[in-house]
Amino acid sequence: MVSKTVKVVNEQGMHMRPAGELAKAVKAHPDCEVTLNANGKTVKAKAPMQIMSACIKCGNEVEIVCNGADEQAVLDEIAAMFESGFGE
Amino acid sequence: MDKYTGKGVYGAIAVGKISVFKKQDAEVKRVHVDDTENEKRRYEEAKNASIEQLGEIYQKALKEVGEANAAIFEIHQMMLDDEDYNDSINDIIETQNVNAEYAVAVTADNFAEMFSNMDDAYMKARAADVRDISNRIIGNLTGEISKGNSSDEKVIICASDLAPSETVALDKDKVLAFVTAHGSSNSHTAILARNMNIPARIGAGDEFLSKIKDGDEAIVDGFTGEIFVSPDSGTRERLLKKQSEDENKKRLLQELKGKENVTVDGRKINIYANIGSVDNIGAVLLNDAGGIGLFRSEFLYLESSDYPTEEQQFAAYKKVLESMAGKKVIIRTLDIGADKQVDYFNLKKEENPALGYRAIRICLTRPEIFKTQLRALYRASVYGHLGIMFPMITSVSELEKILAICDEVKAELKAQSVEYSESVELGIMIETPAAAIISGKLAQMVDFFSVGTNDLTQYTLACDRQNPDIEQFVDTHHEAILELIRMSAENAHKHGAWIGICGELAADTTLTETFLRMGIDELSVSPTFVLKVRDAVRNIDLSKN
Repeated sequence: MVSKTVKVVNEQGMHMRPAGELAKAVKAHPDCEVTLNANGKTVKAKAPMQIMSACIKCGNEVEIVCNGADEQAVLDEIAAMFESGFGE
Repeated sequence: MDKYTGKGVYGAIAVGKISVFKKQDAEVKRVHVDDTENEKRRYEEAKNASIEQLGEIYQKALKEVGEANAAIFEIHQMMLDDEDYNDSINDIIETQNVNAEYAVAVTADNFAEMFSNMDDAYMKARAADVRDISNRIIGNLTGEISKGNSSDEKVIICASDLAPSETVALDKDKVLAFVTAHGSSNSHTAILARNMNIPARIGAGDEFLSKIKDGDEAIVDGFTGEIFVSPDSGTRERLLKKQSEDENKKRLLQELKGKENVTVDGRKINIYANIGSVDNIGAVLLNDAGGIGLFRSEFLYLESSDYPTEEQQFAAYKKVLESMAGKKVIIRTLDIGADKQVDYFNLKKEENPALGYRAIRICLTRPEIFKTQLRALYRASVYGHLGIMFPMITSVSELEKILAICDEVKAELKAQSVEYSESVELGIMIETPAAAIISGKLAQMVDFFSVGTNDLTQYTLACDRQNPDIEQFVDTHHEAILELIRMSAENAHKHGAWIGICGELAADTTLTETFLRMGIDELSVSPTFVLKVRDAVRNIDLSKN
């Protein structure tokens, strides 16, 4: 299991589009479980509605936890997505 | 003739007949089933059909409203695949021995409620998305997917509310306008309507809906928010004239809308809009401004009979930021005094008010008023891309005091765990010769400058703006003024700040090239001048001397 804490840079936080992008990326790795810890909640990153339910806003810290096949590579990929603001 | 009003989404005028949009009633009955496996299969099929339909809607949206706005339907597809959502539906079928329709409806209610209870306006609005996708599945289960308008005539669609997918599914060539009784101007539906260039009124109320029927003649005025049902001939004539004038203007708009503000040789510049009230946002969007370069906050004070509260101000700023959907919004702090008087401030009559007690001078001597405004601004900052601009700066020490008050406000908010954005840009107006002359020092303290050419002209040339007798002495192109602007631009860039012009001179297209050569980064003009300035910029070639 590997983890990394990142900061949300998207101005509107993890709204629909970034949540959707994230879920799409996570689903591409079905053998690696990805969870997010934020605002005292733990949510599965492959479910866009769960991600949004954590109400993650701009500037919030999010711990990404990856567990499974290629976990380090998946973690790096997801962390990079957060850092680039999901292309926004 | 009956008249109703709603909130505007896209300014235009539509004249035609009403068609009432009927949704299948989402009333779902609970039915006991024994074969839960079959019920789960029914759900799976309806879900897959829904995903396929959303794929088609996505393709249609891609063509009509562009990728950014179409993305919502791709996300809707993903929501349908959301594990929790599916688990919930399958669990309800399995454990309660109920029909798939009922399981979807209950799950939709739960998820929608979760979003509605969230402490965030954007997330609250997502409840509508959950209902939209769920209704689609239920429609597929019952075989009653709503078809919308089937007549060949162009009509004004009236509905209780429209889901984003229903909005895009409407055949654009048959829709003159749509009017909904409910809904928020923050919804995807409103955003889509704007991008599809369909005049839309949101929130016309239940009374409106109860009184209309198919075939009623109506006029929707997208500028004022008025809807006239069975209009009299005078109203009809007046609005038809307004419609033809509007269409002429839009021709120019269509040619330039969406085009970049770029010179022949590739130099880009931002063209923003100046506004003085929340009501002008529609004009900003209609004219395709890249942001708001000057939002005069005075209206809040002028329209009020007492000091506007933090909450009143917060609500107004939030609305502007949300409506601009991430585009930059620069709000200028209180600028009253001189020609703008407010009774409850009890300002003394002055011999020389332009040089008197006004703007930032009031704020710095009455910090409680200033701090209320700053708190409201910082609180609203999480809803978009905010810049705060301070007027009438003449010295470094004033700016030091202002920045210290900003820090104080932020520290207070932090201590109270109230959210604000860390990326708020702070800037000042360059509207006194003093500020331009010491711009090298001021630029080190702020993120941006905005040149207020009206006051800068008055103060530099010692010419009273209000006095018609000295008009012949007011040369707005005076070399002293242009030199002060050039100096400010040079100093801004030396210290990593950007510089804009928000005074009347910004819209003077005989100077656009001069400003571009000075390196001005942004021109902020009244909304109706945005496209005129864009046209000028696109015809300039800086590589030629």
